[in-house]
Amino acid sequence: MTGAMMDFSRRAMMLGGLSAGLTGLPALGGTIPKRGGSIRVATQSVSTADTLDPAKGALSTDYVRHYMLYSGLTKIGPDLIPRPSLAERIESADRTTWHIALRRGVHFHGGGELTSADIVFSLLRHKDPKLGSKMASIAGQFLDVRADGRYGVTIRLSGPNADLPAMLAQSHFLIVRHGVDRPDGNGTGPFRLAEFKPGIRTVVVRNPDYWVPGKPYLDRIELIAIPDEVSRLNALLAGDVQLVNAVAPHSTRRVEASPNHAIATTPSALYSNLIARMDRLPSGNPDFIAALKHLIDRPLVKRALFRGFATIGNDQPIPPFHPYYNPSIPQTTLDLDRARWHIHRGGLANVRLPIFCGPAVEGSVDMASVLQEYGAQVGLDLAITRVPSDGYWSTHWMRHPLSFGSTNPRPTADLVFSLFYKSDAAWNETGWKNPRFDQLLLAARGETSEANRKAMYGEMQQIVHDQCGSIIPVFISLIDGHDRRLRGLDPIPMGGLMGYQFAEHVWWAA
Amino acid sequence: MSGASQTSLWPLLARRIGSAALTLLMVSVVIFAIAGLLPGDAAQEALGQSATAEQVAALRHEMGLDQAAPLRYAHWLAGMVQGDAGQSLVAGMPVRAIIAERLPNTLMLAGMTAVLAVPLALLMGITAAIRRGTWLDRAINLASLSMVALPEFLVATLGVLIFSVKLMWLPSIAMVSAEASWSDTLRSCALPILSLTVVVVAQMARMTRAAIADQLDRPYVEMARLKGASLTRVVLGHVLPNCLGPIVNAMALSLSYLMGGAIIVETIFNFPGLASLMVNAVTSRDMPLLQACAMIFCSAYLLLMLVADMVALLANPRLRAQ
Repeated sequence: MTGAMMDFSRRAMMLGGLSAGLTGLPALGGTIPKRGGSIRVATQSVSTADTLDPAKGALSTDYVRHYMLYSGLTKIGPDLIPRPSLAERIESADRTTWHIALRRGVHFHGGGELTSADIVFSLLRHKDPKLGSKMASIAGQFLDVRADGRYGVTIRLSGPNADLPAMLAQSHFLIVRHGVDRPDGNGTGPFRLAEFKPGIRTVVVRNPDYWVPGKPYLDRIELIAIPDEVSRLNALLAGDVQLVNAVAPHSTRRVEASPNHAIATTPSALYSNLIARMDRLPSGNPDFIAALKHLIDRPLVKRALFRGFATIGNDQPIPPFHPYYNPSIPQTTLDLDRARWHIHRGGLANVRLPIFCGPAVEGSVDMASVLQEYGAQVGLDLAITRVPSDGYWSTHWMRHPLSFGSTNPRPTADLVFSLFYKSDAAWNETGWKNPRFDQLLLAARGETSEANRKAMYGEMQQIVHDQCGSIIPVFISLIDGHDRRLRGLDPIPMGGLMGYQFAEHVWWAA
Repeated sequence: MSGASQTSLWPLLARRIGSAALTLLMVSVVIFAIAGLLPGDAAQEALGQSATAEQVAALRHEMGLDQAAPLRYAHWLAGMVQGDAGQSLVAGMPVRAIIAERLPNTLMLAGMTAVLAVPLALLMGITAAIRRGTWLDRAINLASLSMVALPEFLVATLGVLIFSVKLMWLPSIAMVSAEASWSDTLRSCALPILSLTVVVVAQMARMTRAAIADQLDRPYVEMARLKGASLTRVVLGHVLPNCLGPIVNAMALSLSYLMGGAIIVETIFNFPGLASLMVNAVTSRDMPLLQACAMIFCSAYLLLMLVADMVALLANPRLRAQ
């Protein structure tokens, strides 16, 4: 019928093959998924702002909670390619107007069938500025969301965007019951809410009427947060919790030393980047940026800061395992002579500049220290200005010629480029303006040929690599620790804990 | 005589309560002013890294943060006078409900620690004072000095490593919930209680020893001993009432620490108490919640001090005459 639809079903088929391979994996271990069991899970973030409202999810605990209770129109698989979920089909001829056919016979926990009214309500509520949705800027692209009968929805976008299925897979776009202004956990997800105390705990029990046959496997999950890393790990090793996220690289040995526990590593697109503001001097001087890029000892950062739990980066935000990764860009390496040459050409000798870093950005203080050392060898006087986490994002991030930023994995190349690299983006960290890049970004959204899109994203990566002041030494892998009896944890690179969606997939083999 | 002196306590009590109210008012102004100096506000913190200007503006309006600071304070104060602590900006629920969830936990932890720590401190202090100069005194001194010197995060972490991770006797995190049985709660709170006891017992024990040792040198003790009273009787019947004031004062100071100062222990054991709630309120710039926590800690402190002073007055008629 239409190129986009065929394309999507091809993706779905590819994914079908992959997921078949994945479900085959546990069989190698001699176990098949089994019903029953109750586990306690600890994540690292907790706040009185813990919420049952998917739109407001801000922390890992929120994402996990929301994926337990609600389902989305689509979901993202281990290969970062979206597949249908509550939407049985999602198709578009021009990538501007999208038609969604809903799965039938899906029921909310509190009763009532899922209909188009729920979808329209769930998507449009993001546009209300009073709600404070994390996805308000993306929802701004929804010109119109309309019910098309009981099981059909039409979304009209303000411009073409081939990535809509991937964007709808984010936890913020999970579907809530229509008319409920403050969602209370009543969703169509694999678990039902039993107890929710913000900042303390969430308890969910198996939803026997879940629309995916046979799932979930666990009877009950208690979700808590232990912000202190050492305490979190101790709780795992003492058997008080069975699954934790955000294990520090230097703690992995403790987990590996225990016969009953194991780590699960997820390579991810998470990165801490050094941001050189390009709209001021000297940080905007191309020679300055080129010199900085050649002053980063990437293997050292990977080895010393992250104990190998990282993927070497190349100053552009698309990691090697992403479908749109461009492998032909030459890797920038530590090269003091090149750096010296750039310093000399740019007349930058003895430039004195502070780097703003702090515990808010993982690894930033150590990266700044390494950079300071090498900078001193080529005549750059970089000072380390260490600032507290509290208020870092509102007062320091992007506010100085040199500061550190942190970017979480986004479901699509378009999102990370649109949010952080587009000229008019609110978080255009470096303040750069590249017309060719912007043009490619917009064109790729509407491009119907997959090969052309890949080529366009490839060129965008090259432009960012060559010219942008966003310096990405490594992509940081996410490390979870778990009890060995907990099975089925296969990484989904969107985040730790299987992209926060473990609840539906894991089982207890005791 | 004694009737007259007892009636004279009431005006004093009234004065103290009046000054306590004034102190609370001043503390609330200071907290409000200082928190206002922190970078960012609740709207920015809630939206975090991903905040855009119009989102922040909309959320500010929703939270009422677009009003002038004095006006916001006046609103809060007016509510507080009527017993309404307001609405949490971040959690979107009444501050009263959030506090109600945590206050019993903190009181339970503080209470159980006090039950363990106070008799222990008294025992240590009195024993050391009676056996002044002996090896027992020196051992107790050494123990209590080490307790003062050991930071609580070290005590707590070592406790977890030994009793939870290695021996697996006790849970490493304090899981407190309404449905847990008393024995479960006690078991899961055992390590936090022990850690806090280590922290507070030393100060109390040393003050007790000093106060009693000072009294033991007095002539009336010698007199009583010469009349044939046993040392135990002298200490418990004569010395202890005489130094009750300073001992109770030291205890009140130590115990007031258990309310707000338990933050490190709360963090390590993931204990859902008030101190971590207050830290959370600061980082999320949740002013009503922050104020409510500050008021509770301040009130607890003032109340403990008041009790200590009252006990000192009741125990020592000479103070009342002044």
